[in-house]
Amino acid sequence: MTLSVTLSVNGVRRDVTLEDPRVTLLDLLRERLDLVGTKKGCDRGQCGACTVLVDGRRINSCLALAASYDGADIVTIEGLAKGDLLDPVQAAFIAHDGFQCGFCTPGQIMSAVGLINEGEAGDDPDRVREGMSGNLCRCGAHAGIVEAVLDAQKQLQQRRVA
Amino acid sequence: MNPFDYIRPASVAEAVAAAAEPGAAYLAAGTNLLDLMKVGAMRPGRLVDVRHLPGLDRIETLSDGSFRIGSMVRNADLARDAGFAAAFPAVAEALLSGASAQLRNVATVGGNVMQRTRCAYFQDPASACNKRNPGSGCDALEGENRTHAVLGWSGSCIATHPSDFCVSLVAFDAVVEIVGPAGTREVPLEEFHLLPGTTPERECVLEAGELIVALRLPSDAGRFAANQRYLKLRERTSFAFALVSATAALDIEDGTIRSARLALGGVAAKPWRAHAAEAQLQGAAPGVEAFEQAARAALADAMPSGANAFKIELARRVVNRALLLAAAGTPERMPAMPASAFSSVPGVLSHV
Ligand SMILES: Cc1cc2nc3c(=O)[nH]c(=O)nc-3n(C[C@H](O)[C@H](O)[C@H](O)COP(=O)(O)OP(=O)(O)OC[C@H]3O[C@@H](n4cnc5c(N)ncnc54)[C@H](O)[C@@H]3O)c2cc1C
Ligand code: SF4
Ligand code: FES
Ligand code: FES
Repeated sequence: MTLSVTLSVNGVRRDVTLEDPRVTLLDLLRERLDLVGTKKGCDRGQCGACTVLVDGRRINSCLALAASYDGADIVTIEGLAKGDLLDPVQAAFIAHDGFQCGFCTPGQIMSAVGLINEGEAGDDPDRVREGMSGNLCRCGAHAGIVEAVLDAQKQLQQRRVA
Repeated sequence: MNPFDYIRPASVAEAVAAAAEPGAAYLAAGTNLLDLMKVGAMRPGRLVDVRHLPGLDRIETLSDGSFRIGSMVRNADLARDAGFAAAFPAVAEALLSGASAQLRNVATVGGNVMQRTRCAYFQDPASACNKRNPGSGCDALEGENRTHAVLGWSGSCIATHPSDFCVSLVAFDAVVEIVGPAGTREVPLEEFHLLPGTTPERECVLEAGELIVALRLPSDAGRFAANQRYLKLRERTSFAFALVSATAALDIEDGTIRSARLALGGVAAKPWRAHAAEAQLQGAAPGVEAFEQAARAALADAMPSGANAFKIELARRVVNRALLLAAAGTPERMPAMPASAFSSVPGVLSHV
């Protein structure tokens, strides 16, 4: 069964033909579009490494059937920076040591962008921790991650006011 | 994953026709179905994608004050709907205690009700499992079963239903609206999931091709809005399924419980409504004495199905504590850690 899927990925229109519908959004991004920043940790919704934004919301791309996302607007970690200028969330992860090995980091950052968009955590570290609990980090960088999310959010708010 | 055909119907009627074929399954967000297909525990030959069906993504307030929630409404959207969360805070709390933000952002309410058990042997095609392969036996009976059922189980299957959402739904008399090849019908959620008996492969009343189109919550549950909680015990602080959970709701007037709602999760193959305990609470003064008695009544028929006797005492304590939390009042704002036994706010009732 052949299917064609059209996506907007990081603002660019991508047409993909699938010879078989057994393709997740994660595999489509990594194997068909060579966007390997999005990581495959568990492939079962349990780790968050595959987090991307779909129509502005963070989701796990490993449990999304690509065929079902025809027409969707996807943002991956590759779509955040503007040229050499890092997104504030990316910069905050560096400033606060929000990672060690870096494997979970693209998922953490995309999840943080989603969390900040949702706008419910405020400056409460407990709400940030709970909101980020879908992203595991085997290096245990969580303390830095929470600081990075809070700091990035503050900077984004200040920018909006200015 | 086994090969399958992918179909995206344009209407509910088309979907029902496409799904009435043997081997077909509805695909909503896929967070449970695709997971189980990857490990080979489910092998549908045809996926009927209902995520894009028009009209199923609405949260409506009906003229009698009841809520009607389309089956494709996403878990996060229902929990964030201000009107709904104010009317049914313990339903919102249950939703927010489940899975992760990423999963709640796509998972649908229909898929949540229909999700399959987390029994590890069910998920492993190399194991014997009467639910997955009727007549093959049940490896959980002599296996790792500390998280399995203590109520309503049978010698054929001791699995539990994993949903948090359903526990609060059943407490408030939710009704499931269904469309199928033979027309439309409604089933109270309490009668929707089936106990295993000798046919654990039959988990709910849906017949081939039947689609959940909506869930309804009656308005009379509004009198519990000021005193209701969902409490979920799990093996880590967040992002884990319930070991045992409970929804407790009280309608209190002049120091007396006019009526009570109580349901348990993680204890049986269905969300477990505790009617006998509710009856005992009616007319009682809210307090430890009445709550402990209710907890005993709720678990009166409980029996370990393996190395899980601890869950019976744990469930009593969860019921007791959920009732104490409900009596203390619905929190003004959703707690930072919804349904958690741990509170980060000084002075807020967290240990009882
Ligand atoms: C890592 C992880 C952690 C989780 N933790 C929790 C938790 O703590 N608490 C909790 O409650 N849940 C938890 N879940 C489960 C999650 O809530 C469910 O996977 C989700 O709600 C299913 O919704 P869906 O739309 O993705 O359904 P799908 O996966 O698309 O479908 C699930 C099943 O329902 C059927 N179906 C779907 N929609 C309909 C319909 N309208 N009518 C008839 N049949 C239908 C499908 O055929 C399929 O069999 C977790 C899941 C994961 C992966
Ligand atoms: S408990 Fe039920 S689901 Fe688990 S192995 Fe036994 S029959 Fe299968
Ligand atoms: S790879 Fe998707 S959640 Fe782990
Ligand atoms: S930085 Fe190594 S897993 Fe998170």
